[in-house]
Amino acid sequence: MSILVDKNTRLLVQGITGKTGAFHTRGAMEYGTKVVGGVSPGKGGAQAEGVPVFDTVAQAVAATGANATVIYVPPPGAADAILEAEAAGIALIVCITEGVPTLDMVAVRRVLNHSRSVLIGPNCPGIISPGKCKIGIMPGYIHKEGDVGVVSRSGTLTYEGVHQLTQLGIGQSTCIGIGGDPVKGMDFIDCLERFEADPGTRAVLMMGEIGGSSEEAAAEFVRTKMTKPVAAFIAGQTAPPGKRMGHAGAIIAGGKGTAKEKIAALEAAGIAVARTPAEMGVTLKSVLR
Amino acid sequence: MKIHEYQGKELLKRYGVAVPKGRPALSLGEVDEAIRWVQKETGSEVVVVKAQIHAGGRGKGGGVKVAKDFADAQAKARAIYGMQLVTHQTGPEGKQVKRLLIEQGVDIDRELYVGLVLDRISGRVTVMASTEGGMEIEEVAAKRPEKILKQQIDPAVGFRPWQARELVYGLGLRGDAVKGGISFLTSLVQAFHALDCSLAEINPLVVTKQGAVMALDAKINFDDNAIYRHPELNELRDLDEEDASEIEAKKFDLSFIHLDGTIGCMVNGAGLAMATMDIIKHYGGQPANFLDVGGGATAEKVTAAFKIITHDPRVRGIFVNIFGGIMKCDTIAEGVVTAVKEVGLKVPLVVRLEGTNVELGRRILKDSGLNVLAAADMADGAKKIVEAAQ
Repeated sequence: MSILVDKNTRLLVQGITGKTGAFHTRGAMEYGTKVVGGVSPGKGGAQAEGVPVFDTVAQAVAATGANATVIYVPPPGAADAILEAEAAGIALIVCITEGVPTLDMVAVRRVLNHSRSVLIGPNCPGIISPGKCKIGIMPGYIHKEGDVGVVSRSGTLTYEGVHQLTQLGIGQSTCIGIGGDPVKGMDFIDCLERFEADPGTRAVLMMGEIGGSSEEAAAEFVRTKMTKPVAAFIAGQTAPPGKRMGHAGAIIAGGKGTAKEKIAALEAAGIAVARTPAEMGVTLKSVLR
Repeated sequence: MKIHEYQGKELLKRYGVAVPKGRPALSLGEVDEAIRWVQKETGSEVVVVKAQIHAGGRGKGGGVKVAKDFADAQAKARAIYGMQLVTHQTGPEGKQVKRLLIEQGVDIDRELYVGLVLDRISGRVTVMASTEGGMEIEEVAAKRPEKILKQQIDPAVGFRPWQARELVYGLGLRGDAVKGGISFLTSLVQAFHALDCSLAEINPLVVTKQGAVMALDAKINFDDNAIYRHPELNELRDLDEEDASEIEAKKFDLSFIHLDGTIGCMVNGAGLAMATMDIIKHYGGQPANFLDVGGGATAEKVTAAFKIITHDPRVRGIFVNIFGGIMKCDTIAEGVVTAVKEVGLKVPLVVRLEGTNVELGRRILKDSGLNVLAAADMADGAKKIVEAAQ
């Protein structure tokens, strides 16, 4: 089993005619994802990567029955692309685009709060259910089918964790990169809730980082609502305050959002926290029962 | 992106936010004219001389002085200009003052606080106000959280007049100050949105003895992701306030932060880059930098990154940690080889490659004949570089 995506996922690609969109569309198809169409305003009627291109998301949904979309639209149009997908009623929206203005996301978040669509990202690697469906930019081959859920604010650090699991022979049910921006779609809790409910997931590995308080909220959720074991790692233990460490969201502001505080909250909730990023896999293994 | 107080005030003024009359002096030669201008505008001899650096706590550090007349203002400007100003935000070495703001003296009745920030939990811009002006808001939040009034802005309807009234009456403003306060907050919120700010902090916000409400200080930060909408703001960047290697990195679209240690790091991805710093520290080393070469790095970018790292004389070893996804390991390997051939290698280099085209990447490094220590995994790499850089 998996969460959010599976063999029945029918994917649209917004921005399919761009270089990045085209490249990752091929990657998704090679992995076996059912890509049913693309959207690129002004290019409706054309074909790209062997699928039909539409001018609008609504047209694409009507013609293809798509139930998920991935967005490779450049930052100025990314928020609009998300809103267009939401208005077309697409259940799962994955926005890969990095560099979306924060105030654009504030407006998007307001709409999504009252919507049945869920958003992953922006500024994220996407979501994959090994062997079933890959939406995003992660390298598919490092994954392995299995029953551990993975959720992370990072991209390559997620690959690192997944790779460690696979090396240990531990497969994954679904891996989600929620992205490193301060205002985004799904947060840790939204993913943990689904992993808890998914019969195909028996444990969860989460990777957090400095900034914000999502990890603390996740710890509280695990303590009060989860029965499945959770292991975690927090990146940025050595980060100086006041500096933005790459991700817009990874900043220790006013002494808040430090790795130390987050690790303490996670441990207090009974979560096994890896001491180093090299021990994410073995730490998860230690909590399997 | 951060800007100076005087720049922030000039911008806010355009949106109708009340600020004291003032003129910047970007060199000592501009001081006299600035003082005369302020004196003429206000009809008063008294002016305030304020050091302009990108750090808070300037007053306590001796960077803000009230002068009673022209000669006094000149003397104080000369004393502050060029000084190494140390505040709780500059670090012990301080920052040299290269710009001044000459400003009108204000008869202060009350000192308040107002700040606009993004509340990440609700995903909304939040207006915070407090009667504890002049204090750090983090300190107020820790000690007397009930003293902070908050109003979240619903993006569907914007900042409402009732919210401004809640805050203004909550701060205890009376008489003319009520109207002034509402107007101030409304204008500030407007500026925040129009300029894509990530922070707008007015501390203190003052009520003068005459009942006017104005910004005595202004700390404005912009959302880096939205700067493309405001190209004119790039002109407000003060390169003196930025680290030289960070400026160089920006040219190549590299995310780089200078740190105090001795082990240079080159990593792809922000999370992995932070994790790499952590594991270096775990094995007893100190990272010299945070460096994310990004997802789509080219050999050219890798070379640039390498140059920036090796330029730091404190660097005694380099750890390249790459997990190839979109970025292929052979691209990184080629970039490293090119860079080493171009800039030379005087310190140990440990490379850990994993992911797409890893075998090819490893072979390129091996065949290059360069003195590169290959690492089996992250922990192995961290141990090796810490040892080699001893």
